[in-house]
Amino acid sequence: MDTLLQQIINGLTVGAIYALIALGYTMVYGILRLINFAHGDIYMLGAFVGYFLAFQLGFATGPSLLGLGMVLIGSMIVAALAGMAIERFAYRPVRKYARMTTLITAIGVSLFIENLFVAKLGAAPRAFPQLLREQSYPLFGNAAISKSQILIFAVSVALMLLLQWIIFKTRVGTAMRAVSFNLNSAKLMGINTDVIISITFALGSALAAAGGVLTAQYNPQIDPLMGILTGLKAFVAAVLGGIGNIPGAVLGGLLIGLAETFVVGYGQNVGIPSTFRDAVAFAILILVLLFRPTGLLGSTVQEKV
Amino acid sequence: MPTFLKRLLGVIVIAILLFALNAFLGEQGLFGFGAPPYYSRIVMLAGINVILAVSLNLITGFTGQFSIGHAGFMAVGAYSSAYLAVYHAGVWEQSLAKIVGGSLAHALVFLLLIGVGALGAAIAGLVVGIPSLRLRGDYLAIVTLGFAEIIRIVILNIDKVGGATGFSVPGYTNFIWVGAFAILTIVIVYNIVHSDAGRALVSIREDELAAEAMGINTTRYKVLAFVISSALAGVAGVLFGHYTQFLSTNDFQFIRSFEVIIMIVLGGMGSLTGSVLGAIVITVLPEALRRLPGDFSKYRLVIYAALLIIIMLTRPQGVLGQRELGFSWLKRPQRQPEGGGTVGASKGVPIAQRGSAKADHKKEIDDR
Repeated sequence: MDTLLQQIINGLTVGAIYALIALGYTMVYGILRLINFAHGDIYMLGAFVGYFLAFQLGFATGPSLLGLGMVLIGSMIVAALAGMAIERFAYRPVRKYARMTTLITAIGVSLFIENLFVAKLGAAPRAFPQLLREQSYPLFGNAAISKSQILIFAVSVALMLLLQWIIFKTRVGTAMRAVSFNLNSAKLMGINTDVIISITFALGSALAAAGGVLTAQYNPQIDPLMGILTGLKAFVAAVLGGIGNIPGAVLGGLLIGLAETFVVGYGQNVGIPSTFRDAVAFAILILVLLFRPTGLLGSTVQEKV
Repeated sequence: MPTFLKRLLGVIVIAILLFALNAFLGEQGLFGFGAPPYYSRIVMLAGINVILAVSLNLITGFTGQFSIGHAGFMAVGAYSSAYLAVYHAGVWEQSLAKIVGGSLAHALVFLLLIGVGALGAAIAGLVVGIPSLRLRGDYLAIVTLGFAEIIRIVILNIDKVGGATGFSVPGYTNFIWVGAFAILTIVIVYNIVHSDAGRALVSIREDELAAEAMGINTTRYKVLAFVISSALAGVAGVLFGHYTQFLSTNDFQFIRSFEVIIMIVLGGMGSLTGSVLGAIVITVLPEALRRLPGDFSKYRLVIYAALLIIIMLTRPQGVLGQRELGFSWLKRPQRQPEGGGTVGASKGVPIAQRGSAKADHKKEIDDR
């Protein structure tokens, strides 16, 4: 029983990170119908910016909540700027062309960021400084929750609520919903769609960067290619929940996090080796899409001739 | 000159060229001239990539179904033939050699291995294609990517083919095989595209709903194209495995599928010569960038990615769009369909000029 509880806690921790990244995928897709393959690399960039900020600002030597907060916010700001720059210089010029073109551009941006980081910093993993004094709180039995896990839950829930507020209670959010509903009509209503798209990228990238710093805090090893697989799984989470759907992205992320942890924890009992951890996200996705072709919470789009 | 004679002549010329090139690229060289192994490796990989790109173009470029799973089918082909080659082919070759002689037996066994790899990949393509081709657009893309990753991870967990440590495979591939199958792939895809089935595929790309309304069994044609495309990818996998003589599942990660997509988009989707061009450029470019002076070569992959983005920004429909390059001398005028050369283009107006890339997106936005 306590191992089950422990697995659930660990799974939700991983899932919360996936959810944070998936939100960025789903928002961009909802607005531009673009799979932003560079999003996973923004997550990596966030972790690295956090790493350098921690050293530059001198928080790496002694854990402090203030330091963690500054590092987190700093890396979110830098990532938001990076996301806006990518949108402005790579995606905006090809927005009017076919989907395949924008997709290849996205892959190109992703390769660009990865290779730039590898060339500049080397591919070897680095140890992320400890910004939080690690401590474990027993729940019951042998199950326990660590401080960084609490942090991940607290920050991700706070950010998701903030996002929800922005999208449903502010003018910018209303404009974002309008643009995702119909780009051209939104333009006709006097919405500056370029600015809204830019803001969407900024929000999504900031969330991914938060995910990067939180992961680095929880599992203190970062390398320039860490965003590839995590980003892909987060994208799978977004599709699983129904791409373009914000609660769907969170649901998908949590489900995939749980499923992965369960495969590692209990897979052996039913003959699934733990190396299938990376396959389980795709397997769930395929199964779900066979029965619900637009994801768990996605709405079906009527085809028009 | 009768057509069959022309064809025979063509085959003979190609065969001679292949043998000569093979000797040139091999260890002995041709009349004392030989390419250094580094260059011959690039040529071989380019040939294998041509097979991959042209076969993916059938499903993505001509049928319009976005698949990111090509690496998976390549892996199925490579590993199924490698398994046979390591555990069984030696015995077959020995017993066959007693009847037909050593070198012919060697070739026949490899032909069999290629057949097995193609069959394995075709079956995988059927299994993946039937459920996933019901999905559209990005959903199809992510599901094919998912299947490819699952295939890779399943192979990773089969200890008989080496698992995570990799798998040593006997070498069979030489340039004759690669060149012959690259040409064969182009011929197969060219003929499909210019047949009734090809017209059906193109109509699915242009408007699936309209194609269905015209009585085309879209699912059947999509699965057909997918299976053929997978089988050819399997052939590429077999050639790759027996060329490098070492298989590791890392060779078949989704980045490999991306690479093939980059090739066809770069060359121009729906253009066969474009795929060939794209395959060659994408193989050669990272190697050519190694020659950059000093510090630049450290950044070669960054420059490669930047070039990719720049090409997409300046030429979004690919280098060739949907046009073909220099195929006119191959065409026999009497068998040309009405409406002329390129598939999908109506008379005199190449699709690239109609700006279908732009129109597609507009339609999409209007549809929302």
